[in-house]
Amino acid sequence: MSNNKQTRVVVGMSGGVDSSVTALLLKQQGYDVIGIFMKNWDDTDEDGFCTATEDYEDVIRVCNQLDIPYFAVNFEKQYWDKVFTYFLDEYKKGRTPNPDVMCNKEIKFKAFLDHALSLGADYVATGHYAQLRRENGKIELLRGVDDNKDQTYFLNQLSRDVLEKVMFPLGHLPKKEVRQIALDHDLATAKKKDSTGICFIGERDFKTFLSEYLPAQPGRIKTMDGVDKGEHDGLMYYTIGQRQGLGIGGPGGPWFVVGKNLKDNVLYVEAGEHNPYLASDALLASEVNFVNPIEETTFKATAKFRYRQKDSGVTVTQLPDGNLHVVFDQEEKAVTPGQAVVFYQDEVCLGGATIDEVYKDGKRLDYLG
Amino acid sequence: MDALYFDHAATTPLHPDVIQTMSTALTETFGNPSSIHQSGRQSRKVVDEARTVIAKSLGANDKDIIFTSGGTEADNLAIIGTALKYQDRGKHIITSSIEHHAVLDSCHYLETLGFTVTYLPVDETGVVEVEAVKAALTDETILVSVMMVNNEVGTIQPIKAIGELLEDHQALFHTDAVQAYGIMPLDVETLQVDLLTVTAHKVNGPKGIGALYNRQEVKLQPLHFGGDQERKRRPGTENLPGIIGFKQAVELFSGEELNRQAHFQQLKTTFEKEINTIANIAINGDEKKVSPLICNVSFFGTRIEQVLMNLDLDKVFVSSGSACTAGSMTSSHVLKAMYGEQDERTLSAIRFSFGLHHTEEAMIEVVKRVKQTIERLRTLAN
Repeated sequence: MSNNKQTRVVVGMSGGVDSSVTALLLKQQGYDVIGIFMKNWDDTDEDGFCTATEDYEDVIRVCNQLDIPYFAVNFEKQYWDKVFTYFLDEYKKGRTPNPDVMCNKEIKFKAFLDHALSLGADYVATGHYAQLRRENGKIELLRGVDDNKDQTYFLNQLSRDVLEKVMFPLGHLPKKEVRQIALDHDLATAKKKDSTGICFIGERDFKTFLSEYLPAQPGRIKTMDGVDKGEHDGLMYYTIGQRQGLGIGGPGGPWFVVGKNLKDNVLYVEAGEHNPYLASDALLASEVNFVNPIEETTFKATAKFRYRQKDSGVTVTQLPDGNLHVVFDQEEKAVTPGQAVVFYQDEVCLGGATIDEVYKDGKRLDYLG
Repeated sequence: MDALYFDHAATTPLHPDVIQTMSTALTETFGNPSSIHQSGRQSRKVVDEARTVIAKSLGANDKDIIFTSGGTEADNLAIIGTALKYQDRGKHIITSSIEHHAVLDSCHYLETLGFTVTYLPVDETGVVEVEAVKAALTDETILVSVMMVNNEVGTIQPIKAIGELLEDHQALFHTDAVQAYGIMPLDVETLQVDLLTVTAHKVNGPKGIGALYNRQEVKLQPLHFGGDQERKRRPGTENLPGIIGFKQAVELFSGEELNRQAHFQQLKTTFEKEINTIANIAINGDEKKVSPLICNVSFFGTRIEQVLMNLDLDKVFVSSGSACTAGSMTSSHVLKAMYGEQDERTLSAIRFSFGLHHTEEAMIEVVKRVKQTIERLRTLAN
């Protein structure tokens, strides 16, 4: 305990139940805890209502309950430059970005971490469902014990240098228990609904939101054989494997998005979940990060191609240019450029990369966009 | 480590005598001053005595004093109340770009009602020019509102000169004297103001009580309704404990303004000497025309929110003119008016404001902590 008292931990507090319990647990363990709310996005409406203001009110209430100091910092500019610009650029390229991965890499575990260190912090802590194993001077990122909540997928870009200054106090707890702890301690956020979706879009309609930033260019929907199936609202609104919201009726369905032709502004669809166009057996990925460097050029691992997917067996080869060639044990469905591929060996998250190209039988699936 | 409170321009702690007086009053004086029985009459007497003390401190008559809930309400009432009352004479108002938001937002509201407002700019000195007021005056001007001492950089505005300028003009003259009260002798006749705002909590009195001096001939459209209190200009049962505390606070400095000014000037000189040992800083505002209670300093190469948080953790309590709500930093409108929005000076300015319990040692100690923090943050930034 006495050691912990000398250890300053800055908790990134969102006003949600997870980060509230994070602060509570650290406080109980005797750390010198400071709560900081990050404002990354401004959604103030004409009546002056702003989600961030409401969330910060909750942070204040919880910090007062815990008797810890609290502050708010603004990273709107950094968020816009590093996360939102990337997000729009990827959509312009016809890809499906993952802003949460980028936010963790550039904001929470960079701008925010730097800010916390400037306040004399020894660690930053967040309410992510992930664990860290510190052994023999080595640090490893492990899945959260709650399989349904594990968030290592979003943390795949964090390096060991960063993780050395991080704590994930919730990683060993099931979500249900976290909620119960909040209730037991009567935390102001104990009954608050979990936020869903991308933080800056919130509860709003994704299409409406995106259309405020990117001009939508409606175009034709076709099958891979060129049969016209109607009109799409703009390629950026669709992702590979999507079934809902296509507006295609009639016989032969259900229809799935299988690709995009950016040049001709055509959205490709095919019928049936198991149609061959959704299937792939390898990928190329860039923006590679391994928590700890891996010596073997080629190694076996399991991988996730999307959040909350089950792991699949893969063979990873580190290419001379630093990119990765990943071969799947079995065919995969709807592997999408722009999303992260994240690698595991048992409980250990090795790191990840961004999917750039997807292959089948040695041939690049260029229709994926 | 002791806390160093250097934010007296935001609010001040209660003077022990004020606490004493208020505590007694809370048990002994509870009647409604409007009641006609003994208990009510006793309270009424206390309110009237307080009114006299506050009127005297401003060189005003008792009848000219309206108790309000504080400076913000007094500013609102002075501006909106007179504008609504005198709009048949014209719909033009002159104010400055460095006023408190209680003034600026009142003016913004009046704009939505069809009034025209001129916001006088200031240069790097942070002082409004009398000539600029003169140039902005029209036959339609019904009100001029310029603060006496700016709350962020402490610059003293030429209120007497503006008063003289307006002597033969129909425009009423209001000044927010919240930051001048207690360290500058105030006399509404000399200043030639029609309306003047003061508040208790900036002079070691309680929060929630202030006063508007309202020259008797000047009519006001009330903004509250429902009683005859304050000659119907501000109805509502009087805030008795507040009024009693306010009176006590004013009695403590009345007649002592110039002595206190000299005392604070001495402290500020020490502070400035010390702060100048930190490299790469600038003290903001015209140095000759600035309140001895406020020192606004830019620390180049630092960010306001980072400095404020670090100082807080080091138990140094200061502020910046920047509003920070839920992490939204809006740069100070005062510094923006003086230096521009993106100027390094605007982006790195911290306000230190002094108060009653301060000593020479406190000046030295606060700069010591500030220096450590600034130097550490600058090293980190490089």
